[in-house]
Amino acid sequence: MMSFAPLSSEPRSQVDDPSSLVMRFGADEPLMMDSGVALAPWQIAYQTYGTLNADRSNAVLICHALTGDQHVANDNPVTGKPGWWLTMVGPGRPVDTNRFFVICANVIGGCMGTTGPASINPATGKPYALDFPVVTIRDMVRAQAALIDKLGIESLFCVIGGSMGGMQVLQWAVSYPDRVFAALPIAAAARHSAQNIAFHEVGRQAVMADPEWRSGRYLTEGTRPSKGLAVARMGAHITYLSEMALHRKFGRNFQDRSAPTFSFDADFQIESYLRYQGISFVERFDANSYLYVTRAMDYFDIAAEHGGSLARAFKGSATRFCVISFTSDWLFPTSDSRAIVHALNAAAASVAFVEVESDKGHDAFLLEEPEMFAAATGFIDAAARVREIA
Amino acid sequence: MSLPVTLPLTDSETGHRLDFLLVADMVEPGSRVLDIGCGDGSLLAILRDRRQVDGRGIEISREGVNACLAKGLPVIQGDADTDLADYPDDAFDYVILSQTIQATRQPKVVLEHLLRIGRRAIVSFPNFGHWRVRFDLGFRGRMPMTENLPYSWYDTPNIHFCTIRDFVELCREVGAQMEKAVALNAGGQPMRVTLPWWVWNLFGDQGVFLLKRR
Repeated sequence: MMSFAPLSSEPRSQVDDPSSLVMRFGADEPLMMDSGVALAPWQIAYQTYGTLNADRSNAVLICHALTGDQHVANDNPVTGKPGWWLTMVGPGRPVDTNRFFVICANVIGGCMGTTGPASINPATGKPYALDFPVVTIRDMVRAQAALIDKLGIESLFCVIGGSMGGMQVLQWAVSYPDRVFAALPIAAAARHSAQNIAFHEVGRQAVMADPEWRSGRYLTEGTRPSKGLAVARMGAHITYLSEMALHRKFGRNFQDRSAPTFSFDADFQIESYLRYQGISFVERFDANSYLYVTRAMDYFDIAAEHGGSLARAFKGSATRFCVISFTSDWLFPTSDSRAIVHALNAAAASVAFVEVESDKGHDAFLLEEPEMFAAATGFIDAAARVREIA
Repeated sequence: MSLPVTLPLTDSETGHRLDFLLVADMVEPGSRVLDIGCGDGSLLAILRDRRQVDGRGIEISREGVNACLAKGLPVIQGDADTDLADYPDDAFDYVILSQTIQATRQPKVVLEHLLRIGRRAIVSFPNFGHWRVRFDLGFRGRMPMTENLPYSWYDTPNIHFCTIRDFVELCREVGAQMEKAVALNAGGQPMRVTLPWWVWNLFGDQGVFLLKRR
């Protein structure tokens, strides 16, 4: 059995009143969503690093992954842990905050200050829960574009992201080709695979099977579907690793014991590790947000919106692309990245591609991967020279 | 005994490889070029800087791709033997295969792709008919090794060597029209065009061909 500590009020307070910058949009500025809903009022929480130059030409947008947030390069206010992409973003890092004005925003449907299912629905005074409209990757990008507009930035120097962040990068390049000078999608895909939809469905069913979920109304009823969400996270976490990484880190090692206990306790280190991942996740993430954001990834299919042709989606694009994948990533395998590269080639777009050798699986994009840093640095610096950023 | 150095010979002023400069001269300024097996991107950089070319590359090694990225060149990590089929017809004005055809598994298929993807193809390769190669094999009874081709027979990536005459025959077979053919001597200089084929084949260090679909 997993035991959960009582949840602190910190994640809850981040939903409506985040310790971030917040851009608020009133009733006259609705977010027009793919579902047909005009969401208003709404808000988007974001962090910035570095300084916007006089030409407003050095803005970099970082797009976060499924359970990420806007705290890319500062301590997270909920977990107290360092920013999630300090390896990539910071002074002297590939995305050098001494040179670039870096923006990272929480996605629409998220739970760290941008409007999502945990936010208060002004019509009822209660959290939206399942009354929140279903979100798409394109909705996330629309919300970011509205933020960029408000910040007075005409075009972004670079849009960067891994996994679901990479999906947003691709969507940016397709939706706003004139506003993206360079695009760096990492460990991403132009559509979510059947296998990945299947994993997401298992996760959602785990959440919804928890009696504490209360048809999504757990916040008003004072319960939390912690067990369901933890199981969803445990399952998902396995997909972020690789068989080799699991073997290297845990093998068949026992946890604080030298022999099996002949019980269903966490005998193995890997079990203990997964339980910890599940427990710590529910302390920071909203269960309904998990349903909405996984759904957004499932619906993602750029080619489908362009008559089945991915190349057509990129036709005439002047954006410089650099696509990166990892050899051991089986969630967003290299074949997904190659499909993007082939489409960009067919569209005569400028594209570079590197497959980084790593045994760390999908999570590699968040980790210390010198080959990835070298590729990203080379690409970003060369693009900055062309755009004449000091 | 190892044979004298033949390649890469460089221009004393610019430091550019002579064979690259020769290839660059065959490319119309401002055209679209795909360089297959582009290495660290030296040729693509010459083409961009001197001929205002919109260049793309394919390179099998990660180190090569990273070196290209640092030069701002759009290069894809990939393999000439497997990835060319994905390129549409007539996507480029020129497709260049520089010192790479001998390392492909299916040179004929690769050459056919070159002529399909590009309006023109430029192919350069070491001439296995050169007299020193013949000497090594014919008199010493050993597989030739030079600093240009420094590998032992058992670890060489070069699995499909050909002579200039062999290549001319392959061009005929795939229906490629030779617009230009140049043999470079051991000094990296083009040999006189009036010389007969057998002289090129014996004394040419490498062959450089500008081809067009017939």
